[in-house]
Amino acid sequence: MAALLEVRNLCKSFGGVAATDGVDLDVLTGELHAIIGPNGAGKTTLITQLSGAQKPDSGRIRFKGHGITRMPAYTRAKAGITRSFQITSLVLDMSVLDNVALAVQAHDGHSFRFLKPARKIAHIRDTARDWLQQVGLGDRVDAPTSELSHGEHRLMEIAIALASGAELMLLDEPMAGLGPDESARMVTFLKGIKGTKTILLIEHDMDAVFALADRISVLVYGKIIATGTPDEIRANADVRHAYLGEE
Amino acid sequence: MIGFGKSSWVTLAIMAILLVLPMVFYWNGNTFYLSLATRLTILAIAAVSLNLVLGYGGLISFGHAAYIGFGAYAVGIPTYHVFYGGAEGIATTNGLFQFGVAVGISALFALITGAISLRTKGVYFIMITMAFAQMAYYMFLSIEEYGGDDGLVIEVRSKLPLVDLDNPMELFVLSYVSLVVAMLMVRTIIHSRFGMVLQGAKGNNERMVTLGYNSYLYRLVAFTISGAMCGFAGALMGNFSSFISPEMMAWSRSGELMFMVILGGTATTLGPVLGSAVFIVVEEFMSSYTVYWHLPFGLMLIGIVLFVRGGLMGLLVGKGR
Ligand SMILES: Nc1ncnc2c1ncn2[C@@H]1O[C@H](COP(=O)(O)OP(=O)(O)O)[C@@H](O)[C@H]1O
Ligand SMILES: [Mg+2]
Repeated sequence: MAALLEVRNLCKSFGGVAATDGVDLDVLTGELHAIIGPNGAGKTTLITQLSGAQKPDSGRIRFKGHGITRMPAYTRAKAGITRSFQITSLVLDMSVLDNVALAVQAHDGHSFRFLKPARKIAHIRDTARDWLQQVGLGDRVDAPTSELSHGEHRLMEIAIALASGAELMLLDEPMAGLGPDESARMVTFLKGIKGTKTILLIEHDMDAVFALADRISVLVYGKIIATGTPDEIRANADVRHAYLGEE
Repeated sequence: MIGFGKSSWVTLAIMAILLVLPMVFYWNGNTFYLSLATRLTILAIAAVSLNLVLGYGGLISFGHAAYIGFGAYAVGIPTYHVFYGGAEGIATTNGLFQFGVAVGISALFALITGAISLRTKGVYFIMITMAFAQMAYYMFLSIEEYGGDDGLVIEVRSKLPLVDLDNPMELFVLSYVSLVVAMLMVRTIIHSRFGMVLQGAKGNNERMVTLGYNSYLYRLVAFTISGAMCGFAGALMGNFSSFISPEMMAWSRSGELMFMVILGGTATTLGPVLGSAVFIVVEEFMSSYTVYWHLPFGLMLIGIVLFVRGGLMGLLVGKGR
């Protein structure tokens, strides 16, 4: 299968800290590729460079065969890359539906339209409502976003990523801060959408990762030390030593 | 149009009072309140335009008085050349030309300064918008021909079809209608797709960029629309006061506009009008007692900001919009 996203020798440091240190990574079309690694390994920094929020110091990123290394974040989003945030990032003073509708609106032509009330545009509102229904927030659509729980915010992040219509979803610890029940629901949900999208999943929870991923890359101190199927990763001596350890 | 809640009724009621009350006084031979209401209405247009960027866009522009100046000079300078010669190309009392120039120059200034200012954030944005406005202020201050810091008397008012601006009632009605149009324009814009993006970027810019919106461009367009509207208010102000001086563009005037919006209630339709009303009333009645009339206004502002969410509008209809 072809690589949807190709990362070559990507480097970024903050002061003396090499947060991304020569990362090579291929994410294949349709796969769910997980990245695991200890706190501070550089997982979020990698995502921000893939989404365009931060610029790498050196290296190349190609998406669908086109170089996007210097492309601004909003253009990458239009090209089909979206991300969710480890620390929830929503428009808190808008309703839940408005947040998701903005994601739908983003790929429904340009938004320099000044006359028609956006909340009356049926196809955008209906699509947004559908996505909220899918993640299980169907009864919360009209609530102000600020009134939702942390768990519901995590679900909103996913609904927005899906509603943005992107081919490649970069999910930064979608289970962060969720209780066991909520985590289990999220895993079930991600299993359901697996295959319909290409997903790069960053996750801490090993059980979740091994249950979901087609392939796993292990990131330690900014370097990918191994990539393979869940079985291969489990069997890899370096990984056991460096990360899985004797837990 | 949009849902008719409590705030809509309050808005309608207050706008009706603003229309009828000065007329009643006028027909009873008291012209003072009509003139006060005209000034209030014109300032309110400026405040409504500022609210588009400040309230809905979260962009704290500290330079909106510059547009009032551009608008008023767009009336004053062509008229000056009609009376004192020179610059034949622009010498005219034609109101359509003058108002057109007022809006055009303001839009252009907003576009250029916005393109630069919007690359900055927070305090830097406040400072740089103020700096650009001060540049305009010093420019007019230095032009001797147009009176420098003495200002420029506008000898005759703009000649417009249908309305005679020398008639105080007609000037008031034009200003009032312009205010209503400005309010409806902003209301329409903020509910549109464009408006959703503008407000989304205020709430969480990172999220909007991640969704694929180039929020910089959306903000720049909003800033330009706002500047153009404020320039229109300036042309009305020139006609109202028959006089323009750089002092009308000073940073303290920009600050007053900001106060009006915040006091009345940012991101509300009526808020800027309420803020302007309070400002005008306090200025008019306190300034005859003390030169420190800004003090009660400032105290009121602090009180509202500290204790009432959503300004005076929040006080009237409860929190939020
Ligand atoms: N904006 C930043 N400024 C300075 N250091 C940063 C910044 N972002 C990340 N880092 C550092 O880079 C390293 C990787 O961080 P991060 O990508 O957040 O790791 P992870 O997501 O794997 O926990 C850490 O040492 C962190 O302190
Ligand atoms: Mg992280």
